[in-house]
Amino acid sequence: MITKRIIPCLDVRDGRVVKGVNFEGLRDVNSPVALAEYYSSCGADELVFYDITASAEGRRLFTDILRETAKRVFIPLTVGGGINTTDDFDRVLKCGADKVSVNSGAIRNPNLIAEAARLYGSQCVVLSADIKRVDGVFRVFARGGRDNTGLEAIDWIRRAVDNGAGEIVVNSIDTDGVKKGFDLEMLQAVCAAVSVPVIASGGAGCIEDFITLFNAVPGVDAGLAASIFHFGEVKIADLKNEMARCGIPARR
Amino acid sequence: MIGIIDYGVGNLFSLQSSFAAIGCEAVVSGDREQLRKADRLILPGVGAFEDAARQLRESGLDSFVKDAAAAGTPIMGICLGMQMLFEKSLEFGEHKGLGLLKGTVVPMAGRIDPTLKIPHIGWNSLHMTKESPLFAYTPEGTHVYFVHSFFADGCEDSLIAETEYSIPITAAVQKDNVYGCQFHPEKSGAAGLQILRAFCGEVKA
Repeated sequence: MITKRIIPCLDVRDGRVVKGVNFEGLRDVNSPVALAEYYSSCGADELVFYDITASAEGRRLFTDILRETAKRVFIPLTVGGGINTTDDFDRVLKCGADKVSVNSGAIRNPNLIAEAARLYGSQCVVLSADIKRVDGVFRVFARGGRDNTGLEAIDWIRRAVDNGAGEIVVNSIDTDGVKKGFDLEMLQAVCAAVSVPVIASGGAGCIEDFITLFNAVPGVDAGLAASIFHFGEVKIADLKNEMARCGIPARR
Repeated sequence: MIGIIDYGVGNLFSLQSSFAAIGCEAVVSGDREQLRKADRLILPGVGAFEDAARQLRESGLDSFVKDAAAAGTPIMGICLGMQMLFEKSLEFGEHKGLGLLKGTVVPMAGRIDPTLKIPHIGWNSLHMTKESPLFAYTPEGTHVYFVHSFFADGCEDSLIAETEYSIPITAAVQKDNVYGCQFHPEKSGAAGLQILRAFCGEVKA
Protein backbone atom coordinates (compact mmCIF):
# COMPACT_ATOMS: atom_id res chain seq x y z
CA MET A 1 0.00 0.00 0.00
CA ILE A 2 1.23 3.50 -0.78
CA THR A 3 2.48 5.25 2.34
CA LYS A 4 1.79 8.72 3.68
CA ARG A 5 4.92 10.81 3.28
CA ILE A 6 6.72 12.84 5.94
CA ILE A 7 8.68 15.77 4.57
CA PRO A 8 11.07 18.05 6.49
CA CYS A 9 11.59 21.49 4.96
CA LEU A 10 14.90 23.36 5.24
CA ASP A 11 15.18 27.12 4.73
CA VAL A 12 18.50 27.93 3.11
CA ARG A 13 20.13 31.36 2.88
CA ASP A 14 23.53 31.85 1.27
CA GLY A 15 24.08 28.10 1.28
CA ARG A 16 23.38 27.64 5.00
CA VAL A 17 20.31 26.43 6.86
CA VAL A 18 18.84 29.38 8.73
CA LYS A 19 17.66 29.22 12.32
CA GLY A 20 19.94 26.23 12.77
CA VAL A 21 18.88 23.04 14.35
CA ASN A 22 19.28 21.23 17.58
CA PHE A 23 20.47 17.68 17.18
CA GLU A 24 22.93 15.73 19.17
CA GLY A 25 25.73 14.21 17.18
CA LEU A 26 25.42 16.54 14.24
CA ARG A 27 28.61 18.54 14.01
CA ASP A 28 27.59 21.25 11.56
CA VAL A 29 23.97 22.02 12.32
CA ASN A 30 23.79 24.69 9.63
CA SER A 31 25.03 22.52 6.79
CA PRO A 32 22.19 21.62 4.42
CA VAL A 33 24.17 18.61 3.18
CA ALA A 34 24.74 17.21 6.68
CA LEU A 35 21.12 17.82 7.64
CA ALA A 36 19.79 16.24 4.47
CA GLU A 37 21.90 13.15 5.12
CA TYR A 38 20.69 13.06 8.69
CA TYR A 39 17.01 13.29 7.71
CA SER A 40 17.43 10.74 4.96
CA SER A 41 18.98 8.28 7.43
CA CYS A 42 16.17 8.70 9.97
CA GLY A 43 13.39 7.95 7.53
CA ALA A 44 12.30 11.22 5.90
CA ASP A 45 10.43 10.34 2.71
CA GLU A 46 11.41 13.44 0.82
CA LEU A 47 13.16 16.75 1.45
CA VAL A 48 12.31 20.32 0.57
CA PHE A 49 15.02 22.95 0.24
CA TYR A 50 13.64 26.43 0.29
CA ASP A 51 16.04 29.07 -0.99
CA ILE A 52 15.44 32.38 0.78
CA THR A 53 18.55 34.01 -0.68
CA ALA A 54 18.22 37.43 -2.22
CA SER A 55 21.60 37.83 -3.93
CA ALA A 56 23.10 36.25 -7.05
CA GLU A 57 26.08 35.09 -4.97
CA GLY A 58 23.74 33.37 -2.50
CA ARG A 59 21.95 31.71 -5.39
CA ARG A 60 25.25 30.29 -6.67
CA LEU A 61 26.00 28.92 -3.20
CA PHE A 62 22.54 27.37 -3.16
CA THR A 63 23.08 25.47 -6.39
CA ASP A 64 26.46 24.30 -5.09
CA ILE A 65 24.96 22.85 -1.94
CA LEU A 66 22.10 21.37 -3.94
CA ARG A 67 24.56 19.53 -6.15
CA GLU A 68 26.51 18.36 -3.10
CA THR A 69 23.29 17.12 -1.45
CA ALA A 70 22.04 15.32 -4.54
CA LYS A 71 25.38 13.50 -4.71
CA ARG A 72 24.83 12.04 -1.27
CA VAL A 73 21.11 11.87 -0.56
CA PHE A 74 19.01 9.44 -2.57
CA ILE A 75 15.46 10.39 -1.72
CA PRO A 76 13.32 12.84 -3.72
CA LEU A 77 14.48 16.43 -3.40
CA THR A 78 12.15 19.37 -4.01
CA VAL A 79 13.47 22.89 -4.43
CA GLY A 80 11.51 26.09 -3.96
CA GLY A 81 12.18 29.80 -3.55
CA GLY A 82 13.03 32.27 -6.27
CA ILE A 83 11.58 30.16 -9.08
CA ASN A 84 10.26 32.67 -11.63
CA THR A 85 11.17 31.29 -15.04
CA THR A 86 11.79 27.98 -16.78
CA ASP A 87 15.50 28.92 -16.65
CA ASP A 88 15.19 28.72 -12.88
CA PHE A 89 13.71 25.22 -13.27
CA ASP A 90 16.59 24.29 -15.50
CA ARG A 91 19.18 25.63 -13.05
CA VAL A 92 17.99 23.57 -10.08
CA LEU A 93 17.05 20.43 -12.03
CA LYS A 94 20.59 20.28 -13.45
CA CYS A 95 21.93 20.31 -9.89
CA GLY A 96 19.91 17.28 -8.89
CA ALA A 97 16.46 18.54 -7.83
CA ASP A 98 13.64 16.13 -8.69
CA LYS A 99 10.76 18.55 -8.31
CA VAL A 100 10.51 22.32 -8.36
CA SER A 101 8.01 24.21 -6.30
CA VAL A 102 6.59 27.50 -7.57
CA ASN A 103 4.69 30.08 -5.56
CA SER A 104 4.91 33.84 -6.24
CA GLY A 105 6.56 33.13 -9.61
CA ALA A 106 3.42 31.36 -10.82
CA ILE A 107 1.27 34.30 -9.69
CA ARG A 108 3.46 36.81 -11.56
CA ASN A 109 3.74 34.64 -14.66
CA PRO A 110 0.51 32.69 -15.29
CA ASN A 111 2.18 30.63 -18.05
CA LEU A 112 5.02 29.35 -15.87
CA ILE A 113 3.29 26.15 -14.72
CA ALA A 114 2.11 25.16 -18.20
CA GLU A 115 5.52 25.87 -19.77
CA ALA A 116 7.41 23.97 -17.08
CA ALA A 117 5.01 21.01 -17.24
CA ARG A 118 5.48 20.82 -21.00
CA LEU A 119 9.28 20.97 -20.71
CA TYR A 120 9.89 18.79 -17.65
CA GLY A 121 6.66 16.88 -17.05
CA SER A 122 3.91 17.43 -14.47
CA GLN A 123 5.64 15.13 -11.98
CA CYS A 124 8.27 17.82 -11.60
CA VAL A 125 6.01 20.86 -11.09
CA VAL A 126 4.75 21.52 -7.57
CA LEU A 127 2.46 24.45 -6.79
CA SER A 128 3.01 25.82 -3.32
CA ALA A 129 0.19 28.06 -2.17
CA ASP A 130 0.21 30.30 0.94
CA ILE A 131 -3.42 30.59 1.93
CA LYS A 132 -5.22 32.71 4.52
CA ARG A 133 -8.86 33.28 5.32
CA VAL A 134 -9.98 36.83 4.55
CA ASP A 135 -13.62 37.53 5.47
CA GLY A 136 -14.29 33.80 5.40
CA VAL A 137 -12.78 33.26 1.92
CA PHE A 138 -9.56 31.34 1.26
CA ARG A 139 -7.20 33.83 -0.43
CA VAL A 140 -3.78 33.26 -1.99
CA PHE A 141 -0.96 35.34 -0.58
CA ALA A 142 2.31 36.13 -2.34
CA ARG A 143 5.82 37.18 -1.30
CA GLY A 144 6.10 34.85 1.67
CA GLY A 145 2.59 35.56 2.88
CA ARG A 146 2.90 39.37 2.85
CA ASP A 147 0.63 40.32 -0.08
CA ASN A 148 -2.99 39.40 -0.57
CA THR A 149 -3.29 38.63 -4.29
CA GLY A 150 -7.07 38.59 -4.14
CA LEU A 151 -7.06 35.21 -5.87
CA GLU A 152 -9.57 32.71 -4.50
CA ALA A 153 -7.41 29.78 -3.40
CA ILE A 154 -9.45 26.77 -4.52
CA ASP A 155 -9.98 28.27 -7.97
CA TRP A 156 -6.27 29.13 -8.22
CA ILE A 157 -5.23 25.60 -7.30
CA ARG A 158 -7.73 24.03 -9.69
CA ARG A 159 -6.39 26.15 -12.55
CA ALA A 160 -2.79 25.27 -11.67
CA VAL A 161 -3.64 21.56 -11.83
CA ASP A 162 -5.39 22.07 -15.18
CA ASN A 163 -2.20 23.76 -16.40
CA GLY A 164 -0.08 20.80 -15.33
CA ALA A 165 0.91 21.16 -11.66
CA GLY A 166 1.54 17.60 -10.45
CA GLU A 167 1.41 18.21 -6.71
CA ILE A 168 0.05 20.88 -4.39
CA VAL A 169 1.59 22.13 -1.14
CA VAL A 170 -1.10 23.81 0.93
CA ASN A 171 0.45 26.14 3.46
CA SER A 172 -2.09 27.63 5.81
CA ILE A 173 -0.95 31.03 7.04
CA ASP A 174 -3.72 30.83 9.65
CA THR A 175 -2.20 27.80 11.36
CA ASP A 176 1.48 28.28 10.46
CA GLY A 177 3.69 28.68 13.52
CA VAL A 178 0.79 28.18 15.93
CA LYS A 179 1.65 24.50 16.53
CA LYS A 180 -1.97 23.59 17.27
CA GLY A 181 -2.40 21.26 14.29
CA PHE A 182 -2.85 21.39 10.54
CA ASP A 183 -5.65 23.38 8.88
CA LEU A 184 -8.03 20.47 8.34
CA GLU A 185 -10.85 22.56 6.91
CA MET A 186 -8.63 24.19 4.28
CA LEU A 187 -7.03 20.85 3.35
CA GLN A 188 -10.44 19.21 3.05
CA ALA A 189 -11.50 21.92 0.60
CA VAL A 190 -8.36 21.51 -1.55
CA CYS A 191 -8.57 17.69 -1.57
CA ALA A 192 -12.18 17.86 -2.70
CA ALA A 193 -11.22 20.12 -5.62
CA VAL A 194 -8.22 18.33 -7.17
CA SER A 195 -7.10 14.77 -7.84
CA VAL A 196 -3.31 15.27 -7.68
CA PRO A 197 -1.33 14.63 -4.48
CA VAL A 198 -1.80 17.21 -1.71
CA ILE A 199 0.90 18.02 0.85
CA ALA A 200 -0.20 19.62 4.12
CA SER A 201 1.94 22.37 5.62
CA GLY A 202 1.61 24.73 8.54
CA GLY A 203 0.59 24.04 12.10
CA ALA A 204 2.17 20.76 13.16
CA GLY A 205 3.21 20.87 16.79
CA CYS A 206 3.34 17.23 17.83
CA ILE A 207 3.04 13.66 16.57
CA GLU A 208 -0.68 13.62 17.30
CA ASP A 209 -1.22 16.47 14.81
CA PHE A 210 0.01 14.24 11.96
CA ILE A 211 -2.18 11.34 13.10
CA THR A 212 -5.21 13.65 13.21
CA LEU A 213 -4.31 15.03 9.79
CA PHE A 214 -4.14 11.65 8.04
CA ASN A 215 -7.22 10.30 9.80
CA ALA A 216 -9.39 13.39 9.32
CA VAL A 217 -8.40 14.19 5.71
CA PRO A 218 -7.69 10.88 3.93
CA GLY A 219 -7.02 12.74 0.68
CA VAL A 220 -3.84 14.28 2.09
CA ASP A 221 -0.74 12.41 0.88
CA ALA A 222 2.00 14.00 2.94
CA GLY A 223 2.73 16.18 5.94
CA LEU A 224 5.43 18.84 5.77
CA ALA A 225 7.02 20.64 8.69
CA ALA A 226 10.17 22.50 9.59
CA SER A 227 11.01 23.63 13.10
CA ILE A 228 9.42 20.75 15.02
CA PHE A 229 11.75 18.39 13.16
CA HIS A 230 14.76 20.70 13.34
CA PHE A 231 14.44 21.21 17.08
CA GLY A 232 13.82 17.55 17.76
CA GLU A 233 10.31 18.12 19.17
CA VAL A 234 9.13 15.43 16.78
CA LYS A 235 11.51 12.65 15.78
CA ILE A 236 10.67 11.18 12.40
CA ALA A 237 11.28 7.60 13.56
CA ASP A 238 8.83 8.07 16.49
CA LEU A 239 6.30 9.67 14.17
CA LYS A 240 6.51 6.77 11.71
CA ASN A 241 6.12 4.24 14.52
CA GLU A 242 3.05 6.02 15.84
CA MET A 243 1.55 6.23 12.33
CA ALA A 244 2.02 2.49 11.89
CA ARG A 245 0.50 1.83 15.33
CA CYS A 246 -2.56 3.86 14.31
CA GLY A 247 -2.96 1.97 11.06
CA ILE A 248 -1.66 4.78 8.84
CA PRO A 249 0.63 3.36 6.12
CA ALA A 250 4.20 4.53 6.78
CA ARG A 251 7.59 3.64 5.36
CA ARG A 252 9.93 2.55 8.16
CA MET B 1 31.73 0.04 -15.84
CA ILE B 2 28.07 1.04 -16.06
CA GLY B 3 26.91 2.91 -19.16
CA ILE B 4 24.00 5.28 -18.55
CA ILE B 5 22.42 5.88 -21.94
CA ASP B 6 21.95 9.60 -22.56
CA TYR B 7 19.51 10.28 -25.38
CA GLY B 8 18.54 13.75 -24.20
CA VAL B 9 15.70 12.77 -21.88
CA GLY B 10 15.71 13.57 -18.19
CA ASN B 11 18.20 14.39 -15.58
CA LEU B 12 20.87 11.77 -15.05
CA PHE B 13 22.75 13.48 -12.23
CA SER B 14 21.15 11.47 -9.39
CA LEU B 15 21.51 8.21 -11.25
CA GLN B 16 25.22 8.75 -11.83
CA SER B 17 25.68 9.90 -8.22
CA SER B 18 23.94 6.82 -6.87
CA PHE B 19 26.36 4.52 -8.70
CA ALA B 20 29.24 6.59 -7.35
CA ALA B 21 27.80 6.14 -3.85
CA ILE B 22 28.01 2.34 -4.15
CA GLY B 23 31.50 2.49 -5.61
CA CYS B 24 30.54 1.66 -9.20
CA GLU B 25 32.04 3.64 -12.02
CA ALA B 26 29.31 4.94 -14.31
CA VAL B 27 29.52 7.08 -17.41
CA VAL B 28 26.68 9.09 -18.88
CA SER B 29 26.97 9.06 -22.64
CA GLY B 30 25.08 9.15 -25.89
CA ASP B 31 28.10 7.91 -27.83
CA ARG B 32 27.80 4.26 -28.82
CA GLU B 33 31.59 3.74 -28.93
CA GLN B 34 31.86 4.82 -25.33
CA LEU B 35 28.75 2.89 -24.30
CA ARG B 36 30.13 -0.22 -25.96
CA LYS B 37 32.91 -0.24 -23.32
CA ALA B 38 30.32 -0.63 -20.55
CA ASP B 39 29.65 -4.12 -19.25
CA ARG B 40 26.19 -3.13 -18.00
CA LEU B 41 23.74 -0.56 -19.34
CA ILE B 42 21.03 1.62 -17.85
CA LEU B 43 18.19 2.98 -19.98
CA PRO B 44 16.70 5.91 -18.07
CA GLY B 45 13.67 7.98 -19.00
CA VAL B 46 11.10 10.48 -17.76
CA GLY B 47 8.28 12.35 -19.45
CA ALA B 48 6.09 11.21 -22.31
CA PHE B 49 6.54 7.83 -24.02
CA GLU B 50 6.15 9.17 -27.55
CA ASP B 51 8.79 11.93 -27.13
CA ALA B 52 11.26 9.62 -25.42
CA ALA B 53 10.84 6.81 -27.96
CA ARG B 54 11.31 9.32 -30.78
CA GLN B 55 14.45 10.76 -29.22
CA LEU B 56 15.88 7.30 -28.67
CA ARG B 57 15.19 6.48 -32.31
CA GLU B 58 16.54 9.77 -33.66
CA SER B 59 19.73 9.38 -31.66
CA GLY B 60 20.13 5.96 -33.28
CA LEU B 61 20.55 4.45 -29.83
CA ASP B 62 17.45 2.25 -30.19
CA SER B 63 19.37 -0.17 -32.41
CA PHE B 64 22.36 0.02 -30.05
CA VAL B 65 20.12 -1.05 -27.14
CA LYS B 66 18.60 -3.90 -29.15
CA ASP B 67 22.03 -5.12 -30.28
CA ALA B 68 23.44 -4.93 -26.75
CA ALA B 69 20.45 -6.86 -25.39
CA ALA B 70 20.84 -9.52 -28.11
CA ALA B 71 24.56 -9.79 -27.31
CA GLY B 72 23.70 -10.59 -23.68
CA THR B 73 24.79 -7.33 -22.04
CA PRO B 74 22.77 -6.79 -18.84
CA ILE B 75 20.53 -3.79 -19.41
CA MET B 76 18.11 -2.19 -16.99
CA GLY B 77 15.35 0.24 -17.92
CA ILE B 78 14.20 2.64 -15.21
CA CYS B 79 10.71 4.18 -15.09
CA LEU B 80 9.91 5.28 -18.66
CA GLY B 81 13.12 3.50 -19.70
CA MET B 82 11.56 0.26 -18.48
CA GLN B 83 8.29 0.99 -20.27
CA MET B 84 10.20 1.40 -23.53
CA LEU B 85 11.49 -2.19 -23.28
CA PHE B 86 7.97 -3.47 -24.07
CA GLU B 87 6.26 -4.00 -27.41
CA LYS B 88 4.05 -0.94 -27.31
CA SER B 89 2.50 1.81 -25.22
CA LEU B 90 -1.05 3.12 -25.23
CA GLU B 91 0.03 6.46 -23.73
CA PHE B 92 -1.90 9.08 -25.75
CA GLY B 93 -2.24 6.96 -28.89
CA GLU B 94 -0.34 3.81 -29.74
CA HIS B 95 3.45 3.87 -29.90
CA LYS B 96 5.98 1.18 -30.66
CA GLY B 97 8.51 0.24 -28.00
CA LEU B 98 11.79 -1.65 -28.30
CA GLY B 99 10.01 -4.99 -28.14
CA LEU B 100 12.62 -6.63 -25.90
CA LEU B 101 9.89 -7.76 -23.49
CA LYS B 102 6.38 -9.04 -24.08
CA GLY B 103 3.67 -6.67 -22.87
CA THR B 104 1.87 -3.37 -23.36
CA VAL B 105 2.12 -0.14 -21.38
CA VAL B 106 -1.39 0.93 -20.38
CA PRO B 107 -2.90 3.87 -18.45
CA MET B 108 -3.84 3.50 -14.77
CA ALA B 109 -6.88 5.67 -15.41
CA GLY B 110 -9.94 3.47 -15.83
CA ARG B 111 -8.16 0.45 -14.31
CA ILE B 112 -7.49 1.44 -10.72
CA ASP B 113 -9.92 2.51 -7.99
CA PRO B 114 -11.15 5.92 -9.23
CA THR B 115 -10.72 7.50 -5.80
CA LEU B 116 -6.95 6.90 -5.95
CA LYS B 117 -4.67 9.60 -7.28
CA ILE B 118 -2.90 9.55 -10.62
CA PRO B 119 0.09 9.82 -10.95
CA HIS B 120 0.96 7.11 -8.46
CA ILE B 121 3.52 9.19 -6.54
CA GLY B 122 5.26 8.02 -3.41
CA TRP B 123 6.69 5.07 -1.54
CA ASN B 124 5.01 1.74 -2.12
CA SER B 125 6.01 -1.80 -1.15
CA LEU B 126 7.39 -4.55 -3.38
CA HIS B 127 5.83 -7.97 -3.59
CA MET B 128 8.22 -10.39 -5.26
CA THR B 129 6.60 -12.80 -7.69
CA LYS B 130 9.72 -14.58 -8.93
CA GLU B 131 13.32 -14.91 -7.80
CA SER B 132 15.76 -12.58 -9.49
CA PRO B 133 19.40 -11.63 -8.90
CA LEU B 134 18.22 -8.00 -8.96
CA PHE B 135 16.61 -8.52 -5.55
CA ALA B 136 19.47 -10.49 -4.02
CA TYR B 137 19.65 -7.94 -1.18
CA THR B 138 16.00 -6.82 -1.15
CA PRO B 139 13.49 -8.33 1.28
CA GLU B 140 9.79 -8.76 0.50
CA GLY B 141 7.81 -5.64 1.44
CA THR B 142 10.64 -3.16 0.83
CA HIS B 143 9.38 0.35 0.07
CA VAL B 144 10.59 2.06 -3.10
CA TYR B 145 9.72 5.38 -4.74
CA PHE B 146 7.30 5.48 -7.68
CA VAL B 147 6.22 8.33 -9.98
CA HIS B 148 4.09 7.20 -12.94
CA SER B 149 0.65 7.21 -14.55
CA PHE B 150 1.07 4.21 -16.88
CA PHE B 151 2.21 0.66 -16.22
CA ALA B 152 3.23 -2.51 -18.05
CA ASP B 153 0.46 -5.05 -18.54
CA GLY B 154 0.46 -8.55 -20.00
CA CYS B 155 4.07 -9.13 -18.98
CA GLU B 156 3.58 -12.24 -16.82
CA ASP B 157 6.59 -13.98 -18.38
CA SER B 158 9.03 -11.27 -17.21
CA LEU B 159 7.30 -10.07 -14.00
CA ILE B 160 9.52 -10.32 -10.90
CA ALA B 161 7.79 -7.85 -8.54
CA GLU B 162 4.55 -5.97 -8.29
CA THR B 163 3.15 -3.27 -6.05
CA GLU B 164 -0.42 -2.78 -4.94
CA TYR B 165 -2.38 0.31 -5.96
CA SER B 166 -5.91 -1.08 -5.64
CA ILE B 167 -4.77 -3.55 -8.33
CA PRO B 168 -1.36 -5.24 -8.78
CA ILE B 169 0.94 -2.88 -10.71
CA THR B 170 4.08 -4.13 -12.46
CA ALA B 171 7.02 -2.92 -10.36
CA ALA B 172 9.97 -4.84 -11.82
CA VAL B 173 10.65 -7.25 -14.66
CA GLN B 174 13.44 -9.51 -15.86
CA LYS B 175 13.85 -11.74 -18.87
CA ASP B 176 17.36 -13.17 -19.17
CA ASN B 177 19.70 -10.15 -19.33
CA VAL B 178 16.94 -7.55 -19.75
CA TYR B 179 15.79 -5.88 -16.51
CA GLY B 180 13.35 -3.12 -15.68
CA CYS B 181 12.17 -1.13 -12.65
CA GLN B 182 9.05 1.02 -12.77
CA PHE B 183 10.19 2.72 -9.55
CA HIS B 184 13.30 4.88 -9.16
CA PRO B 185 16.06 2.94 -7.36
CA GLU B 186 18.20 6.10 -7.42
CA LYS B 187 15.49 7.87 -5.36
CA SER B 188 14.60 4.98 -3.05
CA GLY B 189 17.15 5.62 -0.33
CA ALA B 190 19.31 2.79 1.01
CA ALA B 191 16.87 0.19 -0.35
CA GLY B 192 17.27 1.57 -3.86
CA LEU B 193 21.06 1.54 -3.64
CA GLN B 194 20.89 -2.16 -2.69
CA ILE B 195 19.01 -2.87 -5.91
CA LEU B 196 21.62 -0.97 -7.96
CA ARG B 197 24.34 -2.82 -6.06
CA ALA B 198 22.76 -6.15 -7.02
CA PHE B 199 22.58 -5.05 -10.65
CA CYS B 200 26.30 -4.24 -10.53
CA GLY B 201 27.32 -7.43 -8.74
CA GLU B 202 24.81 -10.28 -8.57
CA VAL B 203 23.73 -9.81 -12.17
CA LYS B 204 26.41 -11.53 -14.23
CA ALA B 205 27.77 -9.58 -17.16
